[in-house]
Amino acid sequence: MSFLSVEGLVAGYGPARVLHGIDFAVEQGQTVVILGANGAGKTTTLRALTGMTKNSGAVTFDGVDITTAKTDAIVRMGVAHVPQGRGTFADQTVDENLRLGAYTRRDAEVRADLARMYDLFPRLHERRTQDAGSLSGGEQQMLAIARAIMLQPRLLLLDEPSLGLAPIIVKELFRTLVELKEISGVTVLLVEQNANLALEIADHAYVLEAGEIATSGPAAAIQADEGVRRAYLGY
Amino acid sequence: MTLFFQQVVSGVATGAIYASLALALVLIYRSTHIVNFAQGEMAMFSAFIAWQFTQWGWPVWGAIAITLVISFVGGCAIERVVIRPVEGKSVLAIVIVTLGLLLILNQAAGWIWDSIIKAFPSPFPTGSVDIGDVRISYYEIGVIAVVMVSVTALFLLFQKTKIGLAMRAAAANPESSRLVGIDVGRMLMLGWGLAAVLGAISGVMVAPELFLSPNMMVSVQIYAFAAATLGGFDSPVGAVVGGLVVGVAENLAGTYIGFIGSDLKIAVPLIIIFGVLMVKPTGLFGRPVVARV
Repeated sequence: MSFLSVEGLVAGYGPARVLHGIDFAVEQGQTVVILGANGAGKTTTLRALTGMTKNSGAVTFDGVDITTAKTDAIVRMGVAHVPQGRGTFADQTVDENLRLGAYTRRDAEVRADLARMYDLFPRLHERRTQDAGSLSGGEQQMLAIARAIMLQPRLLLLDEPSLGLAPIIVKELFRTLVELKEISGVTVLLVEQNANLALEIADHAYVLEAGEIATSGPAAAIQADEGVRRAYLGY
Repeated sequence: MTLFFQQVVSGVATGAIYASLALALVLIYRSTHIVNFAQGEMAMFSAFIAWQFTQWGWPVWGAIAITLVISFVGGCAIERVVIRPVEGKSVLAIVIVTLGLLLILNQAAGWIWDSIIKAFPSPFPTGSVDIGDVRISYYEIGVIAVVMVSVTALFLLFQKTKIGLAMRAAAANPESSRLVGIDVGRMLMLGWGLAAVLGAISGVMVAPELFLSPNMMVSVQIYAFAAATLGGFDSPVGAVVGGLVVGVAENLAGTYIGFIGSDLKIAVPLIIIFGVLMVKPTGLFGRPVVARV
């Protein structure tokens, strides 16, 4: 069985159904990207995985059924979710944000990991005593990702990290992501509208349309398939 | 001038009591956005529990200590059983629930311990010290010290510990807190427990002065509301400053403004609440809530 396996996932908010039974899988160590237009259900997919929507179907992570588990319980299993809009703690300092990231950990390595994050993101080190709310958009996204890594996740969910950032910052961000992945070997499930960039760092891709998986395949194949690109990705 | 300083000192002592109850209100308001109208009655109930232990022969400090523990558990239980079902419901529903809690605790205290006023033993020695012409009783010094210690302890808990950081995070941003693995519900429950402890401290501190009765905290609660409103309902520092200001203002107004005297003292907090809401609704230290529309 796959590291993360999703079968017939139906999810939505109240009476509104957004996902109409999707299947996908993520293997350990992979980077998987879910592409799709606005409203396709990308964010809902990630929210469903961490128990923030009403779900049915079957979601198993590392062999454990987490379809209807509580968010904090799923997080404690090692799933870090960086939500759209980043979800940093605006009233807390950068340092506190990172320490909150390590909330579930009981080991003595937290301090060393904190130093490691500051090495990786020198700008966060400069601003470590500032409230997270005072950071720029790019810095907040860096903080959100660094905070998620502090959890020592086994699976990292990223919801449109490029949203609202200048192209040059986005490039830097993706470079950092690749670097992080090399260091930690974390499995990544990425949701993006910026298909070109995302496909470059991904191993496998799914294209979501109106709450259903329209097509899927190795990232390189999706990138090379002009038909798929024209029909779903718009470039 | 002696009279003035005398009134300021005793104002600070009563103000410290208002401050700890106001801090309890602020603690709950910050984490759950609920104004807990039953906070004073919870404090009264705690004071009765402490009295009951002294009746069973416990020394006063021992009775107070066990009462703080019971209050913590009781506060947690109230959050879980009474408050959680209405969390996120309309403001009106929550207000009605806390008012219901107020009535239940008030009536229950009367039913269990009857309504006859009881003397509560002071945990501090009688007597006083004179500084210049100003006489400060040990009771006043003790109250100020106890409240200072509890406020400092609370500050350290929130600023220096992991659980305190998690409680602040859960209050400010519940969704992100869940995403770092914080059990937000448990943090809210702890918040209610801590608030109940603070309330209990105000209850047992004020009880030797006001005597025990089911209605003993009614006026204290009004002063605490004035303190929290003045300081800003979302500001712990504001609650403490507000409590002291209200305590001193009440005493000075009673002394120097002829027609107020001791009968109309209760009007002072109401005037403060009214004035703050007119001039600066967020209070001295509160932050305006900016909502996107």
